[in-house]
Amino acid sequence: MYSDLTEIVLLSLKVSGTALLFSMLIGIPIGMLIGLKQFKGRKAVAALLYTGMGFPPVVIGLFVYLLLSRSGPLGSLNLSFIPTLFTPGAMILAQTIIAFPLVAGFTMAAVMGVDPHLRQQVMALGATRRQAAVTVLVEARMGVVVAVIAGFGSIISEVGAVMLVGGNIQGHTRVLTTAIVLETRKGDFSLALALGAILLGLAFIANLAMMRMQGRSFDE
Amino acid sequence: MSGDILYQINDLTKEYGGRRVLEVEQLEIRRGEILALVGPSGSGKSTLLRLLNFLESPSAGEILYEKARFADGQEMPLELRRRVTTVFQRPMLLERSVWDNVSFGLRLRGQRDNRQQIQAVLDDVGLAHLKRQRARTLSGGEAQRVVLARAMALKPEVLLLDEPTANLDPYNVRLIEGIVRGLNQVQETTLVLVTHNVFQAHRLAQRVAFLLEGKIIEIAKTQEFFDAPRDARTRAFVNGDMVY
Repeated sequence: MYSDLTEIVLLSLKVSGTALLFSMLIGIPIGMLIGLKQFKGRKAVAALLYTGMGFPPVVIGLFVYLLLSRSGPLGSLNLSFIPTLFTPGAMILAQTIIAFPLVAGFTMAAVMGVDPHLRQQVMALGATRRQAAVTVLVEARMGVVVAVIAGFGSIISEVGAVMLVGGNIQGHTRVLTTAIVLETRKGDFSLALALGAILLGLAFIANLAMMRMQGRSFDE
Repeated sequence: MSGDILYQINDLTKEYGGRRVLEVEQLEIRRGEILALVGPSGSGKSTLLRLLNFLESPSAGEILYEKARFADGQEMPLELRRRVTTVFQRPMLLERSVWDNVSFGLRLRGQRDNRQQIQAVLDDVGLAHLKRQRARTLSGGEAQRVVLARAMALKPEVLLLDEPTANLDPYNVRLIEGIVRGLNQVQETTLVLVTHNVFQAHRLAQRVAFLLEGKIIEIAKTQEFFDAPRDARTRAFVNGDMVY
């Protein structure tokens, strides 16, 4: 059995958890903005977002790879806050880009599904614009949690991008999905399956935890 | 009952996409009165209500609320906006309990220690026994009473009512009318009521304004409005002869 299994599991959770957090911080406000605000080009922005939802992770990995490589536009800057290739930071960046359109797109759809008259009523009760937006977000929580779950699902099970920008380095950037690929290539199918079961279990527990945020809707 | 002028409207117009939907040369609303706005659908009643709640700004002209001016592109200060609230025709409830819905407006104002106040308004609308129930499971009449209780909890200076009893049964209509009358008489709340129902306007209002195609055709004290309308169109509407 893997001696560094705990380390791999923890790194998987750390990379995908951090990427999910970043994609939520960026994706939820942007999704709300597109969903609630009327502006020129709104439809085009929404179409772009939907396109991003179907973007192959390996292509995003390639894009991040080129961006962060020494001759790339970001890699050549040598700035401390820009992650370098083959580090967890680069994997987090790639996964954030993968999850962002899903979180933003589903959030947009969720807030657009809330009756616009509700926002008017909330404003009529004396809400500030910010309070009204938060109220709409809370009302759309079923959909927003689905957005987060979809984002998480897309990155915890993703292998192409993390393999490209992380490199599957033992003890450094090896996560569950890249370890599964490695063990399959080595022909150790039972270990690969065991790692797969752990991955599924983690995803199940994480999703159960996130569903709690949806409130009582499933108990009614 | 009626006191000093609370709203003064001058040359107010509202347009959507170049189409003028409201044009009010002058209108005064006095503190403590009940003013009913009647007229056919699309006559601009609800638009006027949204403007009176400062939810939308005028395209031209002004609304003076006490001394504060509300005109095109302006936003009313929050503390003034919070002195007015609206109950819309369709009860817009949050996916929460009755209690949380009623306390919602107070929580927006940062008032959390208000149990007695919420309990009192729930008693007033006869829904204290349903306070823990999910608000969206209520009947139409109960939902409208929750919405009214939510507005009452704020103790607004002005309460705007947009067809508050449309589609309700006679029991709930009578109940809501009683609550509205009580608010005006006990708390001296200024009320502007939009209604299709001329009988309701007759029962509740002290003054009635008739709107048609965005303009105020006639405004008068209730008795005078119904007994001796000056304009032929008002007469036709009151008598149910107007085709629209």
